[in-house]
Amino acid sequence: MVKKNEDQQVSAVRRAKHGWILTLFFSLLTIFYMYPIFLVLINSFKKKGFIMKSPFALPDGRSFFGLRNFISGIEKTNFFGAISNSVIITVGSVAAIILFTSMCAWYITRVQNQFTKSVYMLCLFSMIVPFQMVMFPLSKLANMMKLSNPIGIIFVYLGFGAGLAVFMFCGFVKSIPLEIEEAAMIDGCTPLQTFFQIVFPIMKPTVITVAILQAMWIWNDYLLPYLVLDLKKYKTVPIVIQYLKGGYGAVDWGTMMAMLVLAIIPIIIFYAACQKYIIEGVVAGAVKG
Amino acid sequence: MDKSIKKYVAIFTFPTLIAFTLGFLVPFLMGIYLSFCEFTTVTDAKITGVKNYFRVFTDPTFVHALGFTALFTIVSVITINVFAFAIAMLLTKGIKGTNFFRTVFFMPNLIGGIVLGYIWQILLNGILANIGRTLTYSPAYGFWGLIVLMNWQQVGYMMIIYIAGIQNIPGELIEAAKIDGATSWQVLGKVTIPMVMPSITICSFLTLTNSFKLFDQNLALTAGEPSNNSQMLALNIYETFYGRNGWEGVGQAKAVIFFLIVAVIAVTQNRLTRSKEVQQ
Repeated sequence: MVKKNEDQQVSAVRRAKHGWILTLFFSLLTIFYMYPIFLVLINSFKKKGFIMKSPFALPDGRSFFGLRNFISGIEKTNFFGAISNSVIITVGSVAAIILFTSMCAWYITRVQNQFTKSVYMLCLFSMIVPFQMVMFPLSKLANMMKLSNPIGIIFVYLGFGAGLAVFMFCGFVKSIPLEIEEAAMIDGCTPLQTFFQIVFPIMKPTVITVAILQAMWIWNDYLLPYLVLDLKKYKTVPIVIQYLKGGYGAVDWGTMMAMLVLAIIPIIIFYAACQKYIIEGVVAGAVKG
Repeated sequence: MDKSIKKYVAIFTFPTLIAFTLGFLVPFLMGIYLSFCEFTTVTDAKITGVKNYFRVFTDPTFVHALGFTALFTIVSVITINVFAFAIAMLLTKGIKGTNFFRTVFFMPNLIGGIVLGYIWQILLNGILANIGRTLTYSPAYGFWGLIVLMNWQQVGYMMIIYIAGIQNIPGELIEAAKIDGATSWQVLGKVTIPMVMPSITICSFLTLTNSFKLFDQNLALTAGEPSNNSQMLALNIYETFYGRNGWEGVGQAKAVIFFLIVAVIAVTQNRLTRSKEVQQ
């Protein structure tokens, strides 16, 4: 408490001195920071001919195109299909990762032997392996195992995301006092009951951290679904955006801008809704990583 | 307790382990094996020894991509960390609107690399149009474009970590230094920076690996243009696999080299900065 008061006094003195200059500076920086997104937004309402010619101009009578970029873009890319694929893949993978890796982490922390130690070391090791190292064999294997659909790819994400998740859950399990679990076991809980009724609820902060880090990665991931999914049937949001570029580098910038706006909107809504958890999750994840 | 849990090994660990084995371990080992083979798909591999590795280093696009990536990584790690630390310092002074600014600066992180690439392509091409050029006019434009993009995306993330580090410094430590007559710069260099060394370790590790492994942003912003001169390593490996016939083995050998470089960087970086951390 004492420390906090001192801190507040210090900052109060500084705030009086040049706080307003800093606030002004950061306000300008904020405008600057948000400008790229604003630019995409205004261009999404312009006819494509005007986007490349004068990207910084606001839409006016001649260049205004209403929602037609959005309508043609949604038709051309089946955007809502892509959104639902992205949602299924992200939610399914994050749920699978949380459930299975937390169970695995608890087991390998509580049971110490050669086997569990090597599992832990392998998980650590997998975290430094770049995707390019496994991309070719993985995409061929996934095709052979018929995993080229949004449900199958959840399995691939569980395998590829396991390293980081197991590592973070292990760090947390080590800090849970053993007595709680022992008491539960003495009272007659099976290991499964102990885990789901006692341990898993205690893990909640780490669950949120892992969920946020994995969701950010999987939602935005381009290359893995591009190589694994059967693209004739299933595309995710990053894939449809990249597909707008076409084979010879010709881009319809009108639909591109509209689709970028549609790709950003769900992210902003999600961020506004759970901003606090996201920022806390990132800090917690960094401290343990 | 150990014993009663032990029997449950299948339920607790097998789902993760099976997925981990098929999704990571097997492809990884196959990757190492295939780097010594000639193949077009995984079932027709013929062992050819280290030939692929020789071809990697006689491929000028790989050597160029390696240099480009190394330079890019150095510049982006320095700029991102300096900006993130500076903003974090200013945003821990308790000014009005701190929370709002933090929220805004963090936001670009949630946007994926592909989307970011196209956002910045329209903006940077619009600016370059004033001098009648585009991003793909020269690799230097692609290079600095990527630097700006990565800063925009990552400064907020690193800032959040630095803010947490700075707020952990006990207030009396800085007070004591000031009473002893330290200037603001001395406080920064002798107290603040040593105390946030754990955050510096993490942030430099994250920016280092993110920059070195960059793929999506590179693909969306310039796709390696002009003529592969703004191509980074990850994209070069991808193009070797899927853009050239008969080069799959070379692509896999490049991937193994890429992995080894990332591993060496990760381990040395961790050792170096961890040794500079002070005990609290």
